[in-house]
Amino acid sequence: MRLYVLHRMGQAAVVLWAAYTVSFLILVLLPGDAIAALTGAGGAAASVSPERLAELRREYGVDKPVLVQYGTHLADAVRGDFGASFATGRPVGSLIAEALPQTLTLTLTALALALVLGAGVALAATYGSRPWLRQLLLSLPPLVGSVPAFWVGLMLIQFLSFRFRIFPAFGDDGWRGLVLPALTLAVPTAAIVAQVLARSLTTALAEPYVRTARAKGAGPVRVHLRHALRNASLPALTVAGLLVGGLLANSVLVETVFSRNGLGRVIVAAVTAQDVPVVQGVVVLSAAVFVVVNLIVDLLSPLVDPRIVLTGTGGRT
Amino acid sequence: MKDAPLLSLRDLSISYRGPSGRLPTVRSVDLDVRPGEIVALVGESGSGKSTIAHAVTGLLPPGARVDGGAITFGGLDLARLPERAFRQVRGARIGFVPQDPGVALNPVQRIGAQVAEALVVHGLAGRRTARGEAVALLDRAGLPDPAVRARQYPHELSGGMRQRVLIAMAIAARPDLIVADEPTSALDPTVQKVILDHFTRLAAESGTAVLLITHDLGVAADRAHRTAVMARGELAETGPTARVLTDPRAPATRDLLAATLVPDSPPKPPPASGGAPLLVAEGLVKEFRLGKAPVRAVDEVGFEIRRGETLALVGESGSGKSTTARLVLRLSEPQAGRIVLDGEDVTRHRGERLRLLRRRVQLIHQNPASSFDPRLSVLDVVTEPLRAFGIGDRAARAERARELLEQVALPASALRRRPAELSGGQNQRVAIARALAVSPELIVCDEPVSALDVSVRARVLDLLAALQEETGVAYLFITHDLAVVKRIAHRVAVMRTGRIVETGTAQAVFDDPRHEHTRALLAAIPGARLDRTPDPTHR
Repeated sequence: MRLYVLHRMGQAAVVLWAAYTVSFLILVLLPGDAIAALTGAGGAAASVSPERLAELRREYGVDKPVLVQYGTHLADAVRGDFGASFATGRPVGSLIAEALPQTLTLTLTALALALVLGAGVALAATYGSRPWLRQLLLSLPPLVGSVPAFWVGLMLIQFLSFRFRIFPAFGDDGWRGLVLPALTLAVPTAAIVAQVLARSLTTALAEPYVRTARAKGAGPVRVHLRHALRNASLPALTVAGLLVGGLLANSVLVETVFSRNGLGRVIVAAVTAQDVPVVQGVVVLSAAVFVVVNLIVDLLSPLVDPRIVLTGTGGRT
Repeated sequence: MKDAPLLSLRDLSISYRGPSGRLPTVRSVDLDVRPGEIVALVGESGSGKSTIAHAVTGLLPPGARVDGGAITFGGLDLARLPERAFRQVRGARIGFVPQDPGVALNPVQRIGAQVAEALVVHGLAGRRTARGEAVALLDRAGLPDPAVRARQYPHELSGGMRQRVLIAMAIAARPDLIVADEPTSALDPTVQKVILDHFTRLAAESGTAVLLITHDLGVAADRAHRTAVMARGELAETGPTARVLTDPRAPATRDLLAATLVPDSPPKPPPASGGAPLLVAEGLVKEFRLGKAPVRAVDEVGFEIRRGETLALVGESGSGKSTTARLVLRLSEPQAGRIVLDGEDVTRHRGERLRLLRRRVQLIHQNPASSFDPRLSVLDVVTEPLRAFGIGDRAARAERARELLEQVALPASALRRRPAELSGGQNQRVAIARALAVSPELIVCDEPVSALDVSVRARVLDLLAALQEETGVAYLFITHDLAVVKRIAHRVAVMRTGRIVETGTAQAVFDDPRHEHTRALLAAIPGARLDRTPDPTHR
């Protein structure tokens, strides 16, 4: 078990390094120049003297060869220092720390909502024997999943805040402001969770052990919750872990649609300005979140299914 | 003594929803089970016996419907009982022992909790007392170390132990009737015997009636007071077990008996072949790491097979016979020992030479359907080895496939079908045809008939014997079933815990077993008293 966690930590380090390197490469390869963008020069139109530009380049260290830049930045990053933003001059760490709570609240609320909604739909769809209800509920997830998240957001705003004025459409004041964005973010995720869980519930309900449970006299609720659900939850759990990445990515859209502050806005601004240190800070953070969430999922899986053994080489059997 | 029946089926008809209208599965069946009586319901798969078990326990799958008749049990008509009311009966007054202990337990719940559930759902034990009661029940069901087992999960128990857990659940609420659906068919004969002994004794002690569903007339002969034979959804015959087995009146019963009884004449002797044996295995050793200590699955195993001969490798599951087969097939590497085929040491062959070895040694699986690619047609399945070795062109291969199908007595029209459209017996014939395609000298048969009905089993064994006479192929025949051995093997090697404990001609091993384990295996063959009445002490 300890060996397993150690092994996974090693893997995580490799993933983080790869994320850092790839994002660095992409930003280097992009046409344009952060310093030029910063000074608003944008190429030929020289509002700043060439001498001043060269000075700035030296200051930010972008005049050195790419490999040297990569080396120094990587060494700093390992120590947790992602440098200062080109655009604002503030340390990347504090910039992210400021935006993170907003986004974290949003995505965690959305994740919880998605799991509850998804599990609810899946359980309702597989419970009982009314075929029409079952068909209706089971056709919901693919329908919802095929609609873009921002459209769901716009529809929610249209009805719940403009028409009926239940929740505010914009801003980040309190839980009421959180409801619509979290819902928007949760719905596509819930659709996938519902689809995966409904399918594995259907499989589980056809297993012989369900017949054994019924033969003992167990009622349908007991069979559903005590026997089928736990057996069926592993695929949904694994998928939920993978979906956390999607939640982070979608939070960029949702924060824009609902004009919320957060990591999404930070990264949109940073990418537009080619603010390399900020982009890299956010990329490494997202990678870290993804790795940690999936490690948690893998550590949870033997608790759900005792047949799973975590092996020292990082696999599960 | 004529008690009023506890359970009585009257004119019971059940049908399933099929692609074109309803398929009648059970047709006007009448059957009585009296208190304390063991009634065996015997028949081949598809005869409707399991459907009756499910109807009596109210567990018919969706799509099945009782079309007519009644199932009377303790003043209730179970055929028309609403689900909610049925829940008071299931588990409480009718216990159920399901078929396959491998999959009948919830894999993610502890044993103790699953047994306790049988009491808790009927309010027979509180949350606190249920745990202790579950341990007591496991003890009654004959599970050693019940307190330890109760805290374990199903995958940590052997098949026999899991079957005892299922029995503990069925007896938990002290039901009047237990429906046991092929309760031991998935187990080794020795384990089967011990468990059935225990189960029937428990039933007798508590006066519980048992409806025993089985495809094995031997099991019925040993255990049941009365036997009912089903064929094609109808009740062919019913009566005291002794009468049904000694004086069968229905053709279906006679067919079943003929397939079950071991023929008096042993298989024809192999052609006297001089010279070196076809295959020699010497000192084979295979160890697996299980946790820290290595386990010797195969321990210094050696044997010879001559051309045209059948050597049966017999043993319980876990005795190492399948691992030995994998070593002979060179699907797994031995840590020590040699395999010599026709004078050539093939133990270290790899790459192309190993591939060419497959032309000479082929395999037939226990479960043919799962060894076929479900998307392939039978033609593709049978010609696959020919394509792999680049033998013949398209037309020649198709011609060979027709020939092979004729050899295994399948119609040529089967070539265009898919495995899923064929029965288990037909699929096993396809597997045999595939193994024969490249004209091998040796075929390793790994439990080839264990998954088949007795009558189909007999026909497939006869086919294997006929093909051997025709082609001179040798068989290494892996089985746990000594009745099968008697029908097909020339020589027998008995395995236990990785070692061969006894070798000899089939005749010698059956007539004069030397090793105590061989004697135990022989004693466990069900149906030893096919011509006697059930033990009167059962009543």
